[in-house]
Amino acid sequence: MATETTGTASACVGPDGSAIGMPQLCADWMPNQIFWLLIALIAIYFVLSRIALPRIASVLAERQGTITNDLAAAEDLKHKAVEAEEAYNKALADARAEAHAIIAKNKAEMQAELDKAIAKADAEIAAKAAESEKAISEIRASAVQSVEAVAKDTAGSIVAAVGGQADDAAVAAAVDAQMKG
Amino acid sequence: MEGDLAHIGAGLAAIGSGAAAIGVGNVAGNYLAGALRNPSAAASQTATLFIGIAFAEALGIFAFLVSLLLMFAV
Amino acid sequence: MATEANGHSEGGLVFHPMDQFIVKPLFGDGAVGMFTFTNVALWLLLAVACVVALMVLGTSKRATVPTRVQSIAELAYGFVYKMVEDVTGKDAVKYFPYIFTLFIFIAFSNFLALIPTSFSPTSHIAITAILGFGVFIAVTALGFIKNGASFLGLFWVSSAPLALRPILAVIELISYFVRPVSHSIRLAGNIMAGHAVLKVFAGFAAITAVAPLSILGITAIYALEVLVAFIQAYVFTILTCVYLKDALHPSH
Repeated sequence: MATETTGTASACVGPDGSAIGMPQLCADWMPNQIFWLLIALIAIYFVLSRIALPRIASVLAERQGTITNDLAAAEDLKHKAVEAEEAYNKALADARAEAHAIIAKNKAEMQAELDKAIAKADAEIAAKAAESEKAISEIRASAVQSVEAVAKDTAGSIVAAVGGQADDAAVAAAVDAQMKG
Repeated sequence: MEGDLAHIGAGLAAIGSGAAAIGVGNVAGNYLAGALRNPSAAASQTATLFIGIAFAEALGIFAFLVSLLLMFAV
Repeated sequence: MATEANGHSEGGLVFHPMDQFIVKPLFGDGAVGMFTFTNVALWLLLAVACVVALMVLGTSKRATVPTRVQSIAELAYGFVYKMVEDVTGKDAVKYFPYIFTLFIFIAFSNFLALIPTSFSPTSHIAITAILGFGVFIAVTALGFIKNGASFLGLFWVSSAPLALRPILAVIELISYFVRPVSHSIRLAGNIMAGHAVLKVFAGFAAITAVAPLSILGITAIYALEVLVAFIQAYVFTILTCVYLKDALHPSH
């Protein structure tokens, strides 16, 4: 027993301060060790189970949550980027289509104007041609008339020169007959 | 000297430490051989490795304890 | 004869490998009673203080991006949690605080014992026996509470031939009762052996010619002891998990 010690700390320690036998097997010290061990274990258990472990569990859960949220946000942003790209592509395609439409419209308008101008020009040309035709035919008619008159005069003069008495009517009829022939 | 026989006994008991060393070497060596054959399964068996080493080593520790008892407690 | 083997000098060498395990009162010179504040108490309370510093003060900021101390605490938490989950199963997670208490206590006691001139509580069989038998009694009681009499099926190996079963049952029973003994002596023996070997090497340093070799040996053994300190805590914890699994699921 602990009370039996003489001078030194315990029955398990020799007078020179070194251990007698194995200190681990000294029964005198065991109650003390067990008592303090139980205190230490109970203290650690309560500190851990009341404070530390729930706290670490919540921190880990929170971190997991943050990571999940961040991943979700990143996914969201990625979706948005894809959408923006799609919108951009659509706008680009629209603009291109519009440009095509405008070009086609302009072309059609220009074509129509051109057609109109050509038609007008054609009509003018046709009118001018008809006018010219008429003028030419008038000229031709007047020329024929002149030739007739000249021929009748000439024929009357010739007849008179030859010595005959020219009958105007007969001369005219003869010239007409000749010219028709 | 009074303690001669006990000391001889302690020395003999210490042979058990060498036997335990053989056992632990066996466990670790076979684990390594298996791990090199199938590295993907190695990680899942480290717990088994340590349990095996612990069991093999415990017997060596018993031998050591017997030796200590003979030296100091008999 | 014990004194002779213990403190005695042969050719100038003095070996006191066991003196480091002596329990002494820190205040006064009296006897070691049950409540005396001894070096055991001091180093046990230091272990408690270290646990509080790591697990409570280290995590007090609750940082989402952990500081160094907090990440160590989280690493220890995750390590033991995964061990419990993998070895014992998901339904054993409610025993996690007890197992974590054991792990962190043994780990810190072992590591603190590596400080020179410190005292190593886990090298004392009285202390490891309380831990080992505590686990044994708790696990056995839990086995009977959870499974009733069918817990005894653990000893009746139904996959063996019928004639062999009684013999196997005896062997299983013996091995079951040896568990707490080996569980506690493994820890105490490892730590005690390591520290005694360190002391023996230190004793050789008295001879000048061998001193460099001795110092080299101490360095090597010390490195091994750092490893052993962790591995023994790990082994004690994982064996606790294995025993707990046997108690919760005796039929395997």
